[in-house]
Amino acid sequence: MADTQEPKTDAKICGMGHSMKRKEDPRFIRGQGRYVDDIVLPGMLYMDIVRSPFAHAKINKIDTAKALKVPGVLAVIDGPTLAKYNLHWMPTLSADTQMVLPIDEVMYQSQEVCAVIATSRYAAADGVDAVEVDYEPLPVMVDPFESLKPGAPVLRKDKKDKKDNLAFHWEAGDRAATDKAFASADVVVAEDIYLPRIHVASMETCGCVADFNPAEGKLTVYMTTQAPHAVRTVVALVAGHVGLSEEKIRIVSPDIGGGFGGKVPVYPGYVIAIAASVVIGKPVKWIEDRMENLQADSFARDYHMHTEIASKKDGTMIGLRIKTIADHGYTNASANPSKFPAGLFSICTGSYDFKQAFCEVDAAYTHKPPGGVAYRCSFRVTEAVHAVERIADVLAQKLGMDPAEIRMKNFIPKEKFPYKSVLGWEYDSGDYAPALRKAMDLVGYEALRKEQAEKRARGELMGIGVCSFVEIVGAGPSKQFDILGLKMFDSAEIRVHPTGKAIVRLGTKSQGQGHETTYAQIVAEELGIPAANVQVEEGDTDTAPYGLGTYASRSTPTSGAAAAMAARKLRDKAKKLAAHLLECSPDDLVWEPGKFSVKGSPQRSKTIQDCVFAAYTNYPQGMEPGFEASWYYDPPNLTFPFGSYIAVVDIDRGTGMVKVRRFVAIDDCGNIINPMIVEGQIHGGLTQGLAPALFEEMNYDENGNNQNGSFMDYLLPTAVETPAWEVGRTITPSPHHPLGAKGVAESPTVGAPPAIANAVVDALSHLGVTHVDIPITPEKVWKILKEKGAAE
Amino acid sequence: MIPSQFDYHAPSTLPEALKLLTQYGDSAKVLSGGQSLLPLLKLRLGAAGHLIDIGRIPGLDQIREEGGTLRIGGLVREAALERSEVVRAKYPILLDTASVIADPLVRNRATVGGNLAHGDPGNDHPATMLALGASVVAHGPKGERVIPIDKFFVGLFTTALQPDEILTEIRIPAPGPRSGGAYVKLERKVGDYATAGAAVQLSLGGGVVEKIGIALTNAGPTPVRVAAAEARLRGKKPDAAGIAAAAAMAGEAAQPSADRRGSVEYKKNMARVLTARAIQKALERAGGR
Amino acid sequence: MSTHRIKVTVNGTVQEAEVEARLLLVHFLRENLRLTGTHIGCDTTHCGACTVLLDGEPTKSCTVLAVQADGRQVRTVEGLEQGGKLHPVQEGFVEKHGLQCGYCTPGMMMTACALLAHNKNPSEQDIREAISGNLCRCTGYVNIVRAVQHAASRMQET
Repeated sequence: MADTQEPKTDAKICGMGHSMKRKEDPRFIRGQGRYVDDIVLPGMLYMDIVRSPFAHAKINKIDTAKALKVPGVLAVIDGPTLAKYNLHWMPTLSADTQMVLPIDEVMYQSQEVCAVIATSRYAAADGVDAVEVDYEPLPVMVDPFESLKPGAPVLRKDKKDKKDNLAFHWEAGDRAATDKAFASADVVVAEDIYLPRIHVASMETCGCVADFNPAEGKLTVYMTTQAPHAVRTVVALVAGHVGLSEEKIRIVSPDIGGGFGGKVPVYPGYVIAIAASVVIGKPVKWIEDRMENLQADSFARDYHMHTEIASKKDGTMIGLRIKTIADHGYTNASANPSKFPAGLFSICTGSYDFKQAFCEVDAAYTHKPPGGVAYRCSFRVTEAVHAVERIADVLAQKLGMDPAEIRMKNFIPKEKFPYKSVLGWEYDSGDYAPALRKAMDLVGYEALRKEQAEKRARGELMGIGVCSFVEIVGAGPSKQFDILGLKMFDSAEIRVHPTGKAIVRLGTKSQGQGHETTYAQIVAEELGIPAANVQVEEGDTDTAPYGLGTYASRSTPTSGAAAAMAARKLRDKAKKLAAHLLECSPDDLVWEPGKFSVKGSPQRSKTIQDCVFAAYTNYPQGMEPGFEASWYYDPPNLTFPFGSYIAVVDIDRGTGMVKVRRFVAIDDCGNIINPMIVEGQIHGGLTQGLAPALFEEMNYDENGNNQNGSFMDYLLPTAVETPAWEVGRTITPSPHHPLGAKGVAESPTVGAPPAIANAVVDALSHLGVTHVDIPITPEKVWKILKEKGAAE
Repeated sequence: MIPSQFDYHAPSTLPEALKLLTQYGDSAKVLSGGQSLLPLLKLRLGAAGHLIDIGRIPGLDQIREEGGTLRIGGLVREAALERSEVVRAKYPILLDTASVIADPLVRNRATVGGNLAHGDPGNDHPATMLALGASVVAHGPKGERVIPIDKFFVGLFTTALQPDEILTEIRIPAPGPRSGGAYVKLERKVGDYATAGAAVQLSLGGGVVEKIGIALTNAGPTPVRVAAAEARLRGKKPDAAGIAAAAAMAGEAAQPSADRRGSVEYKKNMARVLTARAIQKALERAGGR
Repeated sequence: MSTHRIKVTVNGTVQEAEVEARLLLVHFLRENLRLTGTHIGCDTTHCGACTVLLDGEPTKSCTVLAVQADGRQVRTVEGLEQGGKLHPVQEGFVEKHGLQCGYCTPGMMMTACALLAHNKNPSEQDIREAISGNLCRCTGYVNIVRAVQHAASRMQET
């Protein structure tokens, strides 16, 4: 295990390990980013959406008379209009079905009811205000437990034979063997752990400009999407019957102001805008406002996890059992791989060598917006890790063991890697104890425990929380992973021009992760062409090779590997060209970054630029001219980054307010491409972990009314609430990835909430508290203190 | 996000503004900093046929201390209040208050006059002005009148200002020697309205509390002046028992509504906790503990 | 519905237009003037993505009417670079990786510029408080603070 990585290239070539300043920055700092709402096309119209104020209601009538009289309003599109083209329902990414616009019934508050098309943004807003809808409110089901009870009213009356509200049942592990382990255990502890709904709330909301050109029969959609190719194929499949053919569909994902999973789903707004543009023959822009984004777009979490752990009395963990009720909203529109409707939840055995484990998930339909995995969660890994890391602490508390000690005792030892978990994952590499030790050293663990004891004696509340997580990213190998049947490979296409400059196109799509820099560094690493001379493009389906996009930390594991493999193919070609130029055998050549030289005669050399030029001007007979290669990478396995985080909190006994005094994060994502970018991702991910831990939740009252539908009540931390994150690393390369690299950017969102929750419980454990659900609001803490007689 | 249509007027004198208010009556709204009004209009929650922007009227943005009175013009921006030397030196309670209103960007536009005139019990200045025993100057067609702050907050979003009046100045009696004040606000994050807020302004003399004002933010349809808590401390030595008792009275007097910021029980208790802390801070500043 | 002839000086150039009373300043900048560097991130005056300098003070342009800016000076992100030379704040954001998706960045930088005009040597806490009206989802703020500190030290050198 190392924690430094010496670059193999110099600063000019700037390959892996260099903290290269970002190549995409120049346009952003000048305000010249090109986001979807910046796009203006000749004749462009504007679309705005009328949304249901009710969570469940019959639509008796939509009266558009007043709206159509508003100056600038051209049309109102409703469900019956779309039904003429069979576009009023569409498939979801989880192969369920979702309304684009309703015919007669709405199923969640803020559901799209109809859309106004107008000549200006302001006229469209006036049009929406003028539409009159006659609703008849119907009974609302918002409790997933009630929804799954026998005899509950069936929500999905559109599904002919459906007699219940179970969206799916999924399980992993050996139930009987796990039950046996529990029955024989010395100690069993259980907690009900709820992760409430949250919303990714990227700073840019969702939107598109749909531009159908009738003369060419071509549809171009500029769209906030993390997966442009998948969208193109879905549009072709869904709208093929109205004449849209995949080679005549172009999805362009321009600059995206944050995705985090929220820009993976195909929202009804996109489909309506596309339909409007096709019918009208003009570009149609739709940009949702923030309240629409929060109230209607894909959410994350909403998992009720009954979590149990069994152990020997010395703290050896012997079994894990989790039963989850998942609230999916009115349809399963989560973007999970098809064989994993509960995502990668079976990573819940975490960093520990469990011999037995069993987990099951029952998903319920309710009258809420659909979704489930849109918030930097790696397909439910946030849920899985929260459960195991909380229950590990509950166990430690029961046994009177230190939380770091119980983890060290149960870590999968380094010698066992590649490690086959009892729930079927093969972890590629890991070395957990040094990461935890490093975190403990950085935070000063032993001294903090001493301080805690002293403070406790004085009645002051201070807590230290540990979280040691394993992540699972890079979906994924074709034998297990597909979305709607599309396998989850990814791609890179490299073309180098005669003067030695390159362009790389990939099937992923950055929304701020710095791909224009990191992929250039990978090519620089493998080919020795300076990263500054490598142009990176993503997001235009007319030019980029097919890929499944960027989410779930998959870019480095898939397209990063593809870029490396394509570059190596080119390096092989370059070797042959060098041999040709040097009139020797390729076997006589040695490679150093950017140059081939003859073994023993280093002065006889050719640069990569010489080789590239030769590919156009002087190549051996029989060799294909040009210097271009592509690679579609089907990963052999996922990658398993990991880390240990330690949070230190102080609690105000008067108000219940929790302040994160310090937070140390040690992350291991294998070999690192750009340390500066990785560190930035960690800072951002930790902040999106702090947010659900202390601030964010999306609640509904018993009538399905959203309680946190704007930034007034959906609380994003500012720079004042956010601590100064302290980060460090260990480096345990992936044995199967061509660069030894793993994904990383979701690790902090996975690891931070349990660390903070564990710290708060730790601060209150002497009062007998074993668990607090996040978000840990001041009132929640204050209520506990009051109950325990410890409030000011 | 986009307001309904309205007409906009930008009078350059006070008489012109008053004339417009009279002319348009119910459909007119005064635009001061706009940081309460414009968000409402953008959500189409409040209708206004005519916006009367008083931002171009000269002379309403001064902060002066003269003749034992601090005079704050109705158009003084919160940021200007924060930067004012006399406020920083002699009225720390005002600095406490201004610096927790919304966020720094909003404070570049929001005005002290607007913060009071909006009649929102969730705004921060009302409690502070109650504690300071301030008065509000209103200009109407019939001339100027001075409204004591105790009479100013009438109901939810309703002040003593008539529809044809404009708040032009706030007057605060200069605190005597051995005075101290503090405003303590509990918020879920920067930029939020108060979960609870307590303003205390006091002066000491002869070892006892001579004058004291205690008021609460977001504790009812109007800001709440806790006369009982004041009486408990007035004329007495400010000891721990007294502070606790006064704080408990503040908790009793608070009549908050339950919302996303907290339950009624929590908010009442926070009114108590914050009042105790505000009293302690005010005493420290008065040099009395 | 009234319309008004306004003259707003934007990045040093006087812009004249006839606008509806209700036109928000942010829309005037983005749509009338095609200065799309100023962004919209919310509808309740919370996020600060729309921050510009109005008469030198950082202001949420979504909560100001274009008519209120008549006769005033507005500076947007497009006005930071002067004569081909980046503003130290812009340099700081690149040097210290203070941006990722770039959406909050223009607003952040305008606030930072104004801070450094008032306070040449801000502490970390000063910076965090000054940008507390600007939300970021990508960076976790640490590198934004570093970017502003970098700009401050550069500006003190010159």
